[in-house]
Amino acid sequence: MKSPRPAQRGEGPEIMSYATRRKIVSRIAEVLCGVCILLALLPLALILFYVIKEGAGALNLAFFTHTPKPVGELGGGMGNAIVGTLILIGLAALFAVPIGCIAGIHLSEYQGTRFGSAVRFAADVLNGVPSIVIGIFAYGLVVLPVKRFSAIAGGGALGLLMLPIVVRTTEELLRLVPPGMREGALALGATRSRAVFTVIFPAALPGILTGILVALARVAGETAPLLFTSFNNQYWSTNITQPMASLTVQVFTYANSPYEDWIRQAWAGAFLLVMIILALSIVARLAVRRLERMNRA
Amino acid sequence: MHVQRHFDRDIEEIKAVLLRMGAMVEEAMQQSIRALLDGDLAVAEQVIANDDRIDQMEIQIDQHVIELIAKMQPAAGDLRFVATVMKITPELERIADLAQDVCERVIELSHEPAIKPMTYLPRLAEDAQKMVRDALDAFVRGDAELARKVIRNDDVVDQLTEESFRALLTYMLENPRNISPAIRLTFIGKYFERMADGATNICEMVVYLVEGRMIKHSADPS
Amino acid sequence: MKIHVRDFDFYYGDTKVLHGINLDVPERQVTALIGPSGCGKSTFIRSINRMNDVIPEARGEGLIEVDGKNIYAPGTDVVALRRRVGMVFQKSNPFPKSIFDNVAYGLRIGGVRNKRELADTVERSLQRAALWKEVKDRLHDSAMALSGGQQQRLCIARALAVDPEILLMDEPASALDPIATTKIEELISELKESYTIVIVTHNMQQAARVSDRTAFFMMGRLVEYDDTNTIFINPKEKMTEDYVTGRFG
Repeated sequence: MKSPRPAQRGEGPEIMSYATRRKIVSRIAEVLCGVCILLALLPLALILFYVIKEGAGALNLAFFTHTPKPVGELGGGMGNAIVGTLILIGLAALFAVPIGCIAGIHLSEYQGTRFGSAVRFAADVLNGVPSIVIGIFAYGLVVLPVKRFSAIAGGGALGLLMLPIVVRTTEELLRLVPPGMREGALALGATRSRAVFTVIFPAALPGILTGILVALARVAGETAPLLFTSFNNQYWSTNITQPMASLTVQVFTYANSPYEDWIRQAWAGAFLLVMIILALSIVARLAVRRLERMNRA
Repeated sequence: MHVQRHFDRDIEEIKAVLLRMGAMVEEAMQQSIRALLDGDLAVAEQVIANDDRIDQMEIQIDQHVIELIAKMQPAAGDLRFVATVMKITPELERIADLAQDVCERVIELSHEPAIKPMTYLPRLAEDAQKMVRDALDAFVRGDAELARKVIRNDDVVDQLTEESFRALLTYMLENPRNISPAIRLTFIGKYFERMADGATNICEMVVYLVEGRMIKHSADPS
Repeated sequence: MKIHVRDFDFYYGDTKVLHGINLDVPERQVTALIGPSGCGKSTFIRSINRMNDVIPEARGEGLIEVDGKNIYAPGTDVVALRRRVGMVFQKSNPFPKSIFDNVAYGLRIGGVRNKRELADTVERSLQRAALWKEVKDRLHDSAMALSGGQQQRLCIARALAVDPEILLMDEPASALDPIATTKIEELISELKESYTIVIVTHNMQQAARVSDRTAFFMMGRLVEYDDTNTIFINPKEKMTEDYVTGRFG
């Protein structure tokens, strides 16, 4: 390309050097970006490396099927904690998903109302509350009155942690649904609620499901809120009004112990946790892909 | 906010060529009348020679108009303008052809006994020429009133043609030697009448251009 | 007259966007609304099935009658109105459902559960929209997989399925390629045998091609309304002339 200005005072070489300088700057930026990506990924890689190295070896059938052995005895497993974690996150979903979705629908349908803004602000604040505070809240609300740790309290605490994520993802994804779809439904004689539940919400569903699964994966790794709520349990229990074991609390307990066998099992538990979270993410991806087949070409 | 349109430039160009063509047609008519009245064969030859250029202009305008339709898809006034041009140019070309025919007859007449006076023919020729000139003026100015005046005058020209024919018939009856030149003069009268018809057709299109009304073939042009 | 409009004004809040519209739409003909962007033609067409109700602080004043009944009268059943006055939008808006479910949508929300009836109506609607041949083997594929032109015809089929009398089309071909546009235009010509069609278009040639009557809107006013031939060959108003010849816009 020609320079738009008339060439003067040997501008040619200057342009050349400018081009060279530009290339150098570009190169530096590229390298810098690469280094930053590596720095960001390095901890993840290290965590995965250690967890797999220490944890995978400690896994055996007993780990999945047995309950913890008393102090001093070797062996035992975290079977009850695995089931407990699944029950706890199930309870959390049961609590957070319906409320979160409906609140999200409200926020997207009534944008700009004073109440909507208040709800949105509350959700954002709730999202920022430390999980331990949530745990204490559930402790005060559920555990203290009945004077017993329970899975319900734990699931509630986890659900409360999930709630703002579900609310906001639902809202955001509903807002991404093209307004044309709503118009299309209304023009066919649908009422507003009909349009939301038969067209708009289904259109946003794949994304909302991802949000829910990501939120589940996040709370599955929570320990702090469970310490005050579902606490721990050495025995098999599926009674949600009783204390319940969970992988995170079990790992927390074992990792703090002086016993080598417990520490080994803590690694295995950590490994399993990572795997559960990974599995949730993969399930989220697969589910979304299936659902999206209707949404995209 | 008004938009400067390419279309306007095209219209101006077409108009300019059409007017040049009109001027040449008028000139051909004028010269054919001079050749007829003065027996000027050189002028007659010149009219015949010039006809090619008029034909070329007709083709040039046609092409330009067709391109314009293809590219611009004219509407409303533009559409009427384009339609008018497409109908006016063949009329002009035909008028030039008729002037050429007049000159051919004039050349043939030079070998035959002269008929004097030519009775109504000079007036007929003058009237026809005025109609063509007024038709072109009406087109240029977009003057529907003038166009209507021209159309009304067509009856006068038809009348003159008829009277000219009757006069020439008397010459033929008087002397059989007059038959051949009188027939040629009858033809010439017919040619001028047709030129006037051409002017009428042009004027009908001018009324359409200005008012969007087709007055062709209707009894009452107003 | 299928649609009868007298002194219709429309406001967005305090802004008046339509000024005293008077217009009669004849039955089983195509009426085109043309005019520069923001002239009010879209607002007007959306007033005919009260789609503007969705917009807060929007309100219409004056009279719009469909079959002699004022659709802005208190107590008007908007849902019933919209089932009689179908609408097709500028951007094709198929639902993220199967082709079949898209066309059946209006029927289902209208309470039709009979599978046979659904299937018959879906087929008939797709045929009327000239889409049946292209999709009959993949009725249960996602509608989103169709091409832009097919999606728009699907939306037309979807609107036809609830058996409306009037079809409003808000720039139905403006996002389509020329061939898809031609198909939609052909379709409009066929549909006018059975439906009263009102179409908003930016494309003046399209208005000239498909419509019987043309209304020219400008700055919220109806400038001229006449036979399409008159509007495009010999309009009476200077503003119309300037617009259809591209001197204005």
